Amino acid sequence: MSESLRQTPLTALNAELGGKMVGFAGYEMPVQFPLGVMKEHLHTRARAGLFDVSHMGQVIVRHADGYSGAAAAMETLVPVNLLGLGDKRQRYGFFTNDAGGIMDDLMIAHRGDEMFVVVNAACKADDIAHMRAGLEGCEIEEITDRALLALQGPAAEAVLEPIAPGCDIMKFMDVGLFSSDYGVLWISRSGYTGEDGYEISVHATHAEALARALLAHDDVEPIGLGARDSLRLEAGLCLYGNDIDIATSPVEAALTWAIQKVRRTGGERAGGFPGAARILHELDNGATRKRVGLRPDGRAPMREGTELFAEAEGGEAIGHITSGAFGPTIQGPMSMGYVSIDMAASGTRIFGEVRGKRHPVQVADMPFTPATFKR
Amino acid sequence: MKFTEEHEWLREEDGVIVVGITEHASEQLGDIVFVELPEVGTEVTKDDEIIVIESVKAASDILAPIDGVIVEVNEALADEPSKVNEDAIGDGWFFKIKASDPSQMDDYMDEAAYQTFIA
Repeated sequence: MSESLRQTPLTALNAELGGKMVGFAGYEMPVQFPLGVMKEHLHTRARAGLFDVSHMGQVIVRHADGYSGAAAAMETLVPVNLLGLGDKRQRYGFFTNDAGGIMDDLMIAHRGDEMFVVVNAACKADDIAHMRAGLEGCEIEEITDRALLALQGPAAEAVLEPIAPGCDIMKFMDVGLFSSDYGVLWISRSGYTGEDGYEISVHATHAEALARALLAHDDVEPIGLGARDSLRLEAGLCLYGNDIDIATSPVEAALTWAIQKVRRTGGERAGGFPGAARILHELDNGATRKRVGLRPDGRAPMREGTELFAEAEGGEAIGHITSGAFGPTIQGPMSMGYVSIDMAASGTRIFGEVRGKRHPVQVADMPFTPATFKR
Repeated sequence: MKFTEEHEWLREEDGVIVVGITEHASEQLGDIVFVELPEVGTEVTKDDEIIVIESVKAASDILAPIDGVIVEVNEALADEPSKVNEDAIGDGWFFKIKASDPSQMDDYMDEAAYQTFIA
């Protein structure tokens, strides 16, 4: 393992549990545990999986006017209704650039008097610099002394409730601070697997003890990045850097659901975020390509980079795949990618070129597995 | 039984060579979800890419370890590719080849040498 990789408060435990450690976004992270990717995936959907996501960036944004001040400032960087976000609620969003591309996707929480933000590991340095430069009147504090765990799956509530009493009544995208034997836990009822579950921020000094307490439960297994990827893909969720990046707009990426009406043309606070001209135009008139779900025929996965064609032979590519894998729950291959808008309707039959041969693939609705969030 | 540096095993059986991948290789690949086998009757040359294995992690090529003609493939892998993980040197075999020059086998490792190779 390279000396330059950073560790999380759980790196030693991950290794002790038999995690196969790899470098990911500059951190030493477990790609899988002895259970293996397939079983880890299925276990998470059947019971509960524990993920170390401490590599992600945790940031608090403070303003003299409290949350509303931070929200008003943040609305200049994201096309999301943050002033309308309720207390102890969280919302998905993305930083856009002047060209209307996506700089990163993130979670934004209303914590009463301040804002809490979780960003991707690979983007966090840029995101923090972007917030420091762009959020007028705000204090940006990167939280570096806390781990972040995700407990995902149908057993998550029953496992966490004894540790954080009251977390059972939280609904999807609720956030709260809970006193526990492991210090104050910052809990959100969310995750990135399509399952019900929680993300738990815990002080580094208590992180390993909390992880061990959760893992002591019969229903909980440690889960690596491999299964995290197949779980999020089955759930139809984007991986930044693969499925969305600075070259994709939120409309192309089919993330328009995250741009509330109040930020759109005719809304009370329409625009006012980087790239608004393009994004509002595309919201009104459509984009020329769109992110779609794809189900290849047969069993062979069509992976990232696979070119897509309208016909079995000849013609120019009409798009490409940005993520592709075998879905353990759906027991078949699944992909997502971008296709020209005339090919984007669910049920459209197109072709993916794998190792020089074109194979049929169907545009399909996402998620590939139904989400089980507690609404 | 002989072993290649590409983590294939070769076993002579009734005048043909049965070929698969080693347990070590199947562990490294992770859960295998798809195996694209060559067609029976295909004439292959040593180091041709003749099989594609898709695991939960990635696609990998398997090379022909020896010159010859493919005389049988393990059709069961089409529906149950996980047999490669469960029984790599048994039910998880890939194909049988009629070797045109069986002496090519002599270059490969025996089990002890292979164990040292992967240690």
